[in-house]
Amino acid sequence: MSRTLAIFKREFASYFNSPIAYIYVTVFLGLAGWLFFKGFFLVGEASMRSFFGILPWLFLFFVPAITMRLWAEERKVGTMELLMTLPVTDTEAVMGKFLASFTFLLVSLALSLVLAVVVSALGDPDPGEIFGGYLGAVLIGAAFLAIGLFLSSLTENQIVAFIISVVTIFVLFILGDDFVLMGVPNWIAPVFSFLGLGAHYDSVSRGVIDTRDIIYYLSVVGFFLYLNVKSIESRK
Amino acid sequence: MISVKSLTKTFGRTVAVNNISFEVSKGEVLGFLGPNGAGKTTTMRMLTCYLIPDSGTATVAGCDIVEDSLEVRKHVGYLPENAPLYLDMDVVSYLEFVADVRGIPSSEKAGRIRRMVETCGLESVVGRYVGELSKGFKQRVGLAQTLIHDPEILILDEPTTGLDPSQIIEIRQLIKEIGKERTVILSTHILPEVEATCSRVLIINEGEIAASGTPEELHSVAGGEDSIYVAIKADDEGVPEKLSRISGVTAVKKVGDLDDGYIRFLLKSKDGARVGEEVFRAAVENGWTINELHRETLSLEDIFLKLTTKEKSA
Ligand SMILES: Nc1ncnc2c1ncn2[C@@H]1O[C@H](COP(=O)(O)OP(=O)(O)OP(=O)(O)O)[C@@H](O)[C@H]1O
Ligand SMILES: [Mg+2]
Repeated sequence: MSRTLAIFKREFASYFNSPIAYIYVTVFLGLAGWLFFKGFFLVGEASMRSFFGILPWLFLFFVPAITMRLWAEERKVGTMELLMTLPVTDTEAVMGKFLASFTFLLVSLALSLVLAVVVSALGDPDPGEIFGGYLGAVLIGAAFLAIGLFLSSLTENQIVAFIISVVTIFVLFILGDDFVLMGVPNWIAPVFSFLGLGAHYDSVSRGVIDTRDIIYYLSVVGFFLYLNVKSIESRK
Repeated sequence: MISVKSLTKTFGRTVAVNNISFEVSKGEVLGFLGPNGAGKTTTMRMLTCYLIPDSGTATVAGCDIVEDSLEVRKHVGYLPENAPLYLDMDVVSYLEFVADVRGIPSSEKAGRIRRMVETCGLESVVGRYVGELSKGFKQRVGLAQTLIHDPEILILDEPTTGLDPSQIIEIRQLIKEIGKERTVILSTHILPEVEATCSRVLIINEGEIAASGTPEELHSVAGGEDSIYVAIKADDEGVPEKLSRISGVTAVKKVGDLDDGYIRFLLKSKDGARVGEEVFRAAVENGWTINELHRETLSLEDIFLKLTTKEKSA
């Protein structure tokens, strides 16, 4: 546990050792705010629904940007050898890195609460919807992170890690979309709709909190963290 | 301290380490010597639990490298080849990180880091980012990292590669210093380095141990015969014959005519020092004049080349 914490601390601090973290957060919040307020004044409704609608699309690029470095850099610089010959288990190393990127995502989301404050000042939004929206964002963000982190362990090139993460997350995200479901055989449609990362998000962010959706996201996170541990082990 | 039994590791069709066995006892400084691709790094990576052997076993500080890998890693300080470091951290945060992962209590941490900074001569760079440091200082930070938990065993992969001559001497001095109470394995291509730092040498070639022993022992392993050069001026024709009659001389060869009628001979013998005296005595008895007499023992370099090229041609 203390070893996971040590890795977590190092990884989290290293986001702020370079200006990149600040750039990411600024771009993320700037884009979110801009897209949100553009819609907000057009529709003239005191709701954050449109914000949660665009959030996964922002995450599609934002999350791979914060996970691409995590393993690829270690492999490229050779520090992986240093880290894995310290007395840490593969699971502890994976967890430390995951928690660091997750905390970074939470911080970025927390900053976006400014939007909620503004909306509340301008009108009377449904608090249940905002809560559900943030819960959905945290869950889908965690799932994206686990996928991005795993894919980062497969290459030593950060850019490659970024691109394969964006593509993979995109495919898994739209898997349950009506648009995709129309194009596949009938028998496979329920499978796609269950596996798709997007379908579960819609219901949660509408404020309909179903434990099955929560379990689904936690399973996705668990599955990709497990794959990550296996891919770290496979070097041996 | 370290006991290795028939370790083997293959990558695809390359056999990187082939059935290697050796022991290292407490307090020894063992040098791995071998050409590129010999399997030195791969062996070290198995001993530090970065890689798992395909077959064979090894124990480090009494713990099995596969079954008990966390325990092994607690007892070992490892400096990987090229001393990879987290470049975006400053020197002190980096050492703190390693101390945290190694579970050093926070009350001791500052003291340990201060001691590492002193031991490894890092005073002038404490506040700097690791990525900005020169190669020599990176190597020192790497060494500080391996020492922070005061390990009984140090495994150093080419600790002096890429350093300038004065840095090499300083790092070697440092290794000698810190190796006094520890068991050390280090790898190198530089032959004088083993002679300067190691109590025992393992010559590794193509994944196998080609020879092992103290630098002195290796001389005899390699069929270590001394060469004795002697330049003699004599009236009689029987000089080579008389020389070859000296006991212990295995070969006599004329290697050149010098000015003033001197002829240079090369004698081969396992016992060069005594043969030298005998040659002198023979010269006195026969009335020869000698203007040159010197002996060359086989250097570790010759032995290394002999052992590592012999295998290839076979
Ligand atoms: N991860 C790997 N994948 C494939 N082959 C490898 C891997 N690591 C090492 N090898 C191969 O194993 C052999 C031994 O390599 P190793 O790095 O142990 O040699 P070395 O003695 O350390 O060489 P050097 O003096 O150049 O550092 C080489 O042929 C190398 O190409
Ligand atoms: Mg090597």
